[in-house]
Amino acid sequence: MKTLKDIPIGGKAKVTKVNGQGALKRRIMDMGITKGVEIRVLKAAPLGDPLELALRGYTLSLRKADAEQLEVEEL
Amino acid sequence: MGISIALAGNPNVGKTTLFNELTGSNQFVGNWPGVTVEKKEGVLKGHDDVKIVDLPGVYSLSPYTTEEIVARKYLVNEKPDAILDIVDGTNLERNLYLTTQLLELGIPVVIAINMMDTVRKNGDKIDIELLSKRLSCPVIEISALKGEGCMDAADHAIAASHDNKLVAHHNFSGEVEHALAHIEEACIHDMPLEQQRWYAVKIFERDKEVIKDLSIKGEILKHIEADIRLVEETADDDAESIITNERYLYIERLVEGCYERRLIKRLSQSDKIDRIVTNRYLALPIFALVMFLVYFISVSSLGAWLTNWVNDSIFGNGWSLFGLEIPSIPDAVSSLMVAGGFAPWVIGLVVDGVIAGLGAILGFLPQMLLLFLMLSFLESCGYMSRIAFILDKIFRKFGLSGKSFIPILVGTGCGVPGIMASRTIENINDRRMTIITTTFIPCGAKLPFIALISGALFGGAWWVAPSAYFMGICAIIISGVILKKTRMFKGEETPFVMELPPYHMPTLKNLLRSMWDRGWSFVKKAGSVVIGASIIIWFASNFGWDENGFGMVSMDNSLLAIIGSAIAFIFIPLGFGIWQAAVSTISGLLAKEGIVSTLAVLYAGASIGNSGDFWTNIAGAFTPLEAYSFLAFNLLCAPCVAACSAIRAEMNSGKWSAFAIGYQCLFAYLVSFIIYQVGSFVTGGGSVIGVTIALIIIAFALYMIFRKNKNYEEKL
Repeated sequence: MKTLKDIPIGGKAKVTKVNGQGALKRRIMDMGITKGVEIRVLKAAPLGDPLELALRGYTLSLRKADAEQLEVEEL
Repeated sequence: MGISIALAGNPNVGKTTLFNELTGSNQFVGNWPGVTVEKKEGVLKGHDDVKIVDLPGVYSLSPYTTEEIVARKYLVNEKPDAILDIVDGTNLERNLYLTTQLLELGIPVVIAINMMDTVRKNGDKIDIELLSKRLSCPVIEISALKGEGCMDAADHAIAASHDNKLVAHHNFSGEVEHALAHIEEACIHDMPLEQQRWYAVKIFERDKEVIKDLSIKGEILKHIEADIRLVEETADDDAESIITNERYLYIERLVEGCYERRLIKRLSQSDKIDRIVTNRYLALPIFALVMFLVYFISVSSLGAWLTNWVNDSIFGNGWSLFGLEIPSIPDAVSSLMVAGGFAPWVIGLVVDGVIAGLGAILGFLPQMLLLFLMLSFLESCGYMSRIAFILDKIFRKFGLSGKSFIPILVGTGCGVPGIMASRTIENINDRRMTIITTTFIPCGAKLPFIALISGALFGGAWWVAPSAYFMGICAIIISGVILKKTRMFKGEETPFVMELPPYHMPTLKNLLRSMWDRGWSFVKKAGSVVIGASIIIWFASNFGWDENGFGMVSMDNSLLAIIGSAIAFIFIPLGFGIWQAAVSTISGLLAKEGIVSTLAVLYAGASIGNSGDFWTNIAGAFTPLEAYSFLAFNLLCAPCVAACSAIRAEMNSGKWSAFAIGYQCLFAYLVSFIIYQVGSFVTGGGSVIGVTIALIIIAFALYMIFRKNKNYEEKL
C-alpha cells in the first residue's frame, strides 16, 4: 500500500484512507485531509523533513511520520 | 441589555485586524481563565452596548487544543448573541469547515468573507448571494486590511442577534442522521431545539468533555453506543472521522456553483517568495541572515543603545536635553528626599529598593518593545511558520519547536524578552520546554561575571567564554531530551500539521498594537514581583547587627551575610562553600550584574576601584576549579527575578513556574557538583565518595537521555 510519504516531490496523490486515531487523526482530518482529497507534494524542508503539501487551495506542512498514516493512490 | 458578538475564525485570516478595526482603542487584553491563551474584548465603535469578544483562532471545535476548548466553552456556556465568522476567501473550503460547526450551535451566525480583493485579483469568483442562500445566513464581503465592509458586517451581526435562533441546515448522510435523531431523543430532548444539533453531534463523536458536562447516564450511553457502532461498521471508520469526512463532502457540494477557481494557476506571489525563502539551499542562509538582523537590531545595536540609555541616563547619571541638564530619576528623587529631610534608610529604601526595581523592568522595556515589534512582523507576514518548517527536524528531537530558536537567540542578550518571545509557539509542551531552557544560555548580564572568572583565575584564557555558551547549549539539549520523556510532558500528542499561510505585508498599526499589548502585559505582570524582590534584597544587604545594635550596616554584617553564611554549606560539595560566594549568588538573583558588583564590594578590600587588587583577592579566594564550578552554577541556576517573573507570566501557572525554576537550580547544582568532584579527583585531590556520586549522577543522566520515550510509543 502506498502512503503519502512515498509520493515523490512534485507528485500528486488522492487520499484513500486516513490511519491513526484520536487527536492525531482528528487534527489531520480537521485540516481537510479527508478521504478523496487530492494532495500535491510541493517540497521537503531543507533538512528533508517535514513536507510541504498543497490541498484544498492552501499549503500545509506535515511530518513524514504523519504522512505515513495516509494511504494514497498516486495520480 | 447589551449585545455580545463573538469573533470566530481560523488562524491567519485577519481576525485581529478586523477586531482592531471594529473596536479601535476600546480594548481589554487579558487571559482566558486558567490558560495562557490571550483573551481580547472590546466595545464596537459607535455602539457602547455592543461587546466584541475575539476568540482564539481555531480550525475546528474539536476538544484537543487549548484554544479549541477555550473557544468552545465560551460559545456553549456564555452563549454570545451572535457569531461573526471571519472566513478567508482565498481558502474557502477549509475555512467553511469551522463554519459548519459554528452553525450547529444555535447562535445566529454572520459570515464575513475577508481578502475579497485578493480573490478578485487571483481571478477567482465567489457567488455571495448563492452561498448566503445555501447556508441560510448573511454573507458579507470585507477587506479587513483596508477597513472595507467591517462595520457593515458588524451591523449585520447586531441585526442577526435579534433573530430567532436558527437550526443548522446542512445534513449528514442517512445513517448518521438516523443515529443523531436517536441521540437527541434519548438524552437531550428537553434542551431548546436549536441547541440539540451541536450536542447530538458531539455525543455521536464520543466527545468526552460534552458527555462529562451533560452527565449522561451509563445505560443511556450504552444504548447510544450501539447506534454509533452500527454507523461505524457500515462506514468502516470511527465516528469522529465520519463526521469530519461528511462535513468536507458537504462543503464540496456547498461551494459547487458558487465558488469558481481559475484553473490555470499562475505562481502566486507567495509561491514565488517561498521558492527562495524555503529553498533547499537558500533557506538556512536566509534564516541565518534574518536571525542576525533580529539579534543585531534588538539586542546589539539599537536595542542595546536604548537599554543603556534608559539604565545610564534615566536611572543612572542623568542626561541632557538641548543643553538642559536633566537629572536621573534616582538622583532627582534622592535630592528631593534629602531636601525633605527624610531618614537615610527611607531614602535608601525608595531609591535603591523601589526605584532600582522599577529601573530593572523599565530598562528592559525599550529592547523588549523593539523585539516584540520585529516578532510581530515575522509572525504576521508569515515567516514565523516557515522558521518552524525549516528547523522542525532539529528541534523536535529536544522537545522544542523550530520557533524556539528565537527565544534562545534573544536570550543571549536578555532572558526576559527571550522568555516572552516564547509566546509565538503554539504547542503548549514546546512552549513550556522553551521557557524552562531559554535562560540556560548566558545572557548579557552574565558576561561581566564570565569575564571576571576568566580574567582573574584563568589569565584571560580564550576558552572560558566559549565554554560558557557551549555549556548553555548542552544544558538546553540535555534538558530537552530528558524532560521530553517525563510524564510532565506527556499529553495528547499533536501532530505537526501547520498551515503555511500566504505571505502578506502587515500594517504598521497592527504591528504597533501587538507590540504595545505584549510590552504592557509584561510591565503589569513583572512589576510588582521585581519591585518586591528588590526591596527585600536591598533590605537584607543593608541591614543587620553591629556593635550599635540593629540598623544599617556594611555588607559584612548585613542580614544577607548572615543568610549567606547559613546557606554556604550547601555549596561545599561544589567547591565554593564560603559566605561571600553565597551572598553574591543571592544578589545575582536581583540582577546577574549584581554578582560581580557584590564580589567587588566583598573582595576589593581597602582599595575599592582598583581592579588589580580585586582580581588578586578573587584569585586568592578560589582555586581555578572552584571558580569554574562557581561560574557554572551561576550561569545555569535560576535567572534574575525579572526573568523569573517573565517565566511566571508566560507559564501562567504557579506549579509550572516553580518546576521550571526548581529544575534550573537542581540542574545547575548537579553540573557544578560533577565539575568540581570529577575535576578535583582528576587533578589528584578530591574524595572517592564525591567522585562516585558524580559518576552515579552522570550514569543516571545518561539513562534519562537514552531511555525509551514512553510518551511517544507507537499507537496501534
